[in-house]
Amino acid sequence: MAEEIKLKVKNLYKIFGSHPKKAMKLLEQGLTKDEIFKKTETTVGVQDASFDIYTGEIFVIMGLSGSGKSTMVRMLNRLIEPTAGQVFIDGEDIVSMSTEQLVKMRRKKMSMVFQSFALMPHLTVLQNAAFGLEMDGVDKATREARALQALEQVGLEARAESMPDELSGGMQQRVGLARGLAVDPDILLMDEAFSALDPLIRTEMQDELLKLQAKSKRTIVFISHDLDEAMRIGDRIAIMEGGKVVQVGTPEEILQNPADDYVQAFFRGVDPTNILTAGDIAVDTQVTIPITDGKNPRAGLQRLIKNDRDYAYVVDINRVFKGIVSTDSLREMLDRDDQPNLIHNAYLEGVKSANTNDSLQDILPEVANNHWPLPILNDKGEYLGAISKNLFLRTLYRGEPETEQSEGEKV
Amino acid sequence: MRLFNFEEQLIPLDEWIQVFVDWLVLNYREFFQILKVPVEISLNGLEWLFFTLPPWLIIVAFAFSAWRYAGKRVTIFTILTFFLIGYLGLWENTMTTLAMVITAVLFCAVAGIPLGIMAGRSDRFEMFLRPGLDVMQTTPAFVYLIPVVMLFSIGTVSGILATIVFALPPIVRLTNLGIRQVHPELIEAAIAFGATPWQVLRKVQFPLAMPSIMAGLNQTIMMALSMVVIAALIGAGGLGTPVVQGLNTLEIGLATIGGLSIVLLAMVLDRITQGMAQK
Repeated sequence: MAEEIKLKVKNLYKIFGSHPKKAMKLLEQGLTKDEIFKKTETTVGVQDASFDIYTGEIFVIMGLSGSGKSTMVRMLNRLIEPTAGQVFIDGEDIVSMSTEQLVKMRRKKMSMVFQSFALMPHLTVLQNAAFGLEMDGVDKATREARALQALEQVGLEARAESMPDELSGGMQQRVGLARGLAVDPDILLMDEAFSALDPLIRTEMQDELLKLQAKSKRTIVFISHDLDEAMRIGDRIAIMEGGKVVQVGTPEEILQNPADDYVQAFFRGVDPTNILTAGDIAVDTQVTIPITDGKNPRAGLQRLIKNDRDYAYVVDINRVFKGIVSTDSLREMLDRDDQPNLIHNAYLEGVKSANTNDSLQDILPEVANNHWPLPILNDKGEYLGAISKNLFLRTLYRGEPETEQSEGEKV
Repeated sequence: MRLFNFEEQLIPLDEWIQVFVDWLVLNYREFFQILKVPVEISLNGLEWLFFTLPPWLIIVAFAFSAWRYAGKRVTIFTILTFFLIGYLGLWENTMTTLAMVITAVLFCAVAGIPLGIMAGRSDRFEMFLRPGLDVMQTTPAFVYLIPVVMLFSIGTVSGILATIVFALPPIVRLTNLGIRQVHPELIEAAIAFGATPWQVLRKVQFPLAMPSIMAGLNQTIMMALSMVVIAALIGAGGLGTPVVQGLNTLEIGLATIGGLSIVLLAMVLDRITQGMAQK
């Protein structure tokens, strides 16, 4: 996919404390964060971060507290000054912008939603939503009209004249979201925006965000410490640990190939059946019998015996899935000996197939109820591979030490 | 053992100060006299107003603001206080005192709120300002009455200047506090939405510091009232005059009604301004 880069982060560093230069030198010498803290009393917040964020995607930066994710997002709009490195928005370096340019960029291109909501307690909901426009000098009538529109988007237009403290947490964050949307930014920064909400409200807000995103694609940088959240809403995820970006990729990529133990530890508590699809784990290691071979079922039987498999998957010349035969069904057919050349006479009954996009949750009953591995097809009906009980279980155990070995088997 | 020789004065600080003040008076008296002008104008204006307006209108005005901001009970209390003061024969003194207090508070607010805001936004400025405020607040008024008289001569205006010095710290401190109490997240949010430092101050910090600033104003009014008697010592008029006169001539009754009026007036002003702060 040729994605357009909206935001490019290049070798970004943040060092807190009074001797950032000294700490940078020590970093170059390869000292760790802790060693540097002992030597210079400075804290490395973000270390050599580089990644691209594409137009229209939800990019989640995930990490535990202290991983530098909040520092990272604040360097994107320079609420925190980077120590070194660059941040490009549409090719323009934010780090070298003058104060005026920066203020303009914040007003027009980038808005932010905060974990603590950070609504102005002395302003009404409408005035809060209009805050960014007010800073930009938009006249009262226009800004209130646009703020009301933004409130409509989050379903709060009825509460426009309320004060923020009269609203529930979820509603307050909707106002926060409306404030971010009212300026119609290219990029929306969301700093743990839903972390302070109840789990139910949080899910509701995530759905709301996805709904808004479906209507008009914005580039969203979402900070989260919650993996489930990252998996639910993220198009791509960057995982941070100790100030470093350790992995960037789609949720599937990261779940399939965690870069290191830290990333893997993250996923240990996650239920992979929600995230992985059948296509993600299906493997093409079963015996397939092209239908041309089907003219000679004996050859098929031979291959099954040779490969020590019980089931074979019959496909036509375009690899379109036709059915499953077993050693037993083939033998039975050959014994009957009436029309031995037509392999479809040996097809097992009750065979179902699944699409690559089905979630593991969806295919679980089929995998569990049948002896044969479930065939996985793409939209054209072509056979891509199968999922056995064994494979399914191994996926569930991902993250446990045995995974390393089974991974080798799979490939 | 020269080190512990405390018999003779080694540091003649008193002489140095004497010389300094003499030098100041000799060379800069003109300058200090000019400083009096704005205070004088404002005082005369207010005095003229309070003496020209009929007493009933003044009572109605105070009663109305009491009713508007502080409720029924304070309104009744306000009306009773003004009638009592009137019947005690201290109406004119009270009007002078009101004009003095309002003038002093006006200048305290004009100087103190910006100072407090600057202190609230800069740690260094606060560090520099704090000892100054401590000195202003703790130096016994009698100590600086003499230099004040030397520089500004005696009279009501000098009394107000001494009052300003004494009553300024609370409004500076509470403005500073109010600015500092604004949640850093709110300031961060404002900056994230492209607010300039001036916009942060005007749209976020100042409105949110308002209750604290009003509390500071209330304290400044109280401090200004507490200086009324001391100001009378250097010839300022108002409710301090009967007190000082009563003390000098041992007319305990006269001193008491002066003191009582000050206390009642203080209570009225306190309740009304507190009500304003809460609104």
